[in-house]
Amino acid sequence: MASGQTTIADLAVLVRSKNAGPFWLTIDVMFDNEVAYRRVRDNEVINRAGIARIYGRDPADIIVVNHDAALAIKVSFPRPQSSGSKYDSDVYGGQQYAPLLSLPVPD
Amino acid sequence: MEAYPLVSATGMLGSGFRPDSLDKAIELGARMIGCDAGSTDPGPGPLATGQCMFSKAAAKRDTEVMLSRAVAAKIPLVIGSSGTGGGDQGLAFMLDIVREIAREQGLHFKLAAIHSEVSKETVRAHLQAGKARALPPSKPLTEADIEDALHIVAMMGAEPIQAAVDAGAQIVVTGRSSDTSIFAALALMQGYAPAVVWHMAKILECGAAAVAHRLAPDSMMAVLHEDSVDVFPLREDYRCTPQSVASHTLYENADPFDLKEPSGTLDTREAKYEAISDRAVRVSGSRFHPDPEYTVKLEGVRQGGYSTMLMGGVRDPFIHADLDNWLKQLDDNIKIRVGAMVGNRPYEIVTRVYGRNGVMGALEPEKAVGGHEVFILWDVISPSQELSRVIASSVSHLAVHNPIPKWHGLISGVAFPYSPPELDRGPVYEFHLNHVLVPDSPTSLFCTEFEEV
Repeated sequence: MASGQTTIADLAVLVRSKNAGPFWLTIDVMFDNEVAYRRVRDNEVINRAGIARIYGRDPADIIVVNHDAALAIKVSFPRPQSSGSKYDSDVYGGQQYAPLLSLPVPD
Repeated sequence: MEAYPLVSATGMLGSGFRPDSLDKAIELGARMIGCDAGSTDPGPGPLATGQCMFSKAAAKRDTEVMLSRAVAAKIPLVIGSSGTGGGDQGLAFMLDIVREIAREQGLHFKLAAIHSEVSKETVRAHLQAGKARALPPSKPLTEADIEDALHIVAMMGAEPIQAAVDAGAQIVVTGRSSDTSIFAALALMQGYAPAVVWHMAKILECGAAAVAHRLAPDSMMAVLHEDSVDVFPLREDYRCTPQSVASHTLYENADPFDLKEPSGTLDTREAKYEAISDRAVRVSGSRFHPDPEYTVKLEGVRQGGYSTMLMGGVRDPFIHADLDNWLKQLDDNIKIRVGAMVGNRPYEIVTRVYGRNGVMGALEPEKAVGGHEVFILWDVISPSQELSRVIASSVSHLAVHNPIPKWHGLISGVAFPYSPPELDRGPVYEFHLNHVLVPDSPTSLFCTEFEEV
């Protein structure tokens, strides 16, 4: 990543992850203006193949939804193990978004 | 159609709200108070142990404020998913609090307690009748899944709550219910359109979570109309915006457009969110698609052995640089030593390396240690606490002296913060059911008891 390149962290007002029930993880990337939202959405910065690569998942398991009214992009996929089970390390699923923060966003 | 106002006291019973907010809702004509008291967020522990995630003091304070207002205003109060997990123990915890408050304050009402814990026989009968389905990503339900379960709860829809109110209950306390059914039940009985009602319920279930900047948990109000609903917070310094309300459909759902309820699916694709003041939003345009088959979701937990945990830190950069080999060598040494001690008895060691991928595990794209310290958490899991402890005490000794090629001589490579370093963590629980049943009727899995308090 070139220094000075705009990233998701520069444009989003909230990036968060959370359980969606004990078996799914969901990540919300939220914006407070149409320009920033559309810039990320229309450049397909957050896409199934990219998310699958970052998290080491099968692209077929990844859901990416653009929510225009909420100015938000949502990513969901099954957890590698259920919340709080013996191999899990994030019961609430709240700390799984960080790898998206540095994704570069083209102009 | 006359407007129907209702209020959600807070997003999670026990997390708190301002009594003023509820008073204001009553002044505005709230026709019912609802509050969700459960969640799977804190993992399998609450359902497995029956323990509420909040203290009794926290749950009692919130219940006291709601109960006193509901009785004074002569309106129904619905508390769903009691005691976090919604099992029979969680329900009993909540009912004891309600009775205690009534005694202390001299309150009287008809109370309904709706159980949602289902027996293994009931689940087995549905499985054998072909009335059990898996939800993604889980495999089909098996007899072994049912046999292994410590507790199974069925997540009720609106109907058992409606039946309790129909039978004259003013205060309805339930086991596991869908978060939305708490708020949808009475509004549907009033004849409001399912699409408007379920979207309203989805917004209200988290209390003030749908405001723009929530400082602390608080109440949220909704006023239903024939084809729209107005939502607004009760704290003067909170405001809803079209974006904050629209965004709430994203919260803790895998898909923000198709929200599944027992009786059908709320489709929010065409929903409109309009500001009607600087703090209230009107929501309209969602659709509700009834499902041909009514389904009730199950939640279940099982136990997978007992854990003894061990934690320690490593500061040596040469161990960091060769961490995988160092851990592999430790693992090999543990196998030899433990095999010599306990033979073929099954056990497992789960190792989390903080400073590398302790937080994200398999999802972590950064594979190398980035800082100058790592923290290692070992979970030794076996069928008994005694065996786990026996194994863990060897693990700690082998770990601390596990050599690396750089240093020629005996090292002490792990800094333990405690003595003894092993801590018995107790049973290891796991959510293992992610299935729905097709019940004989929407109320057939739930048992309701009435009581004059």
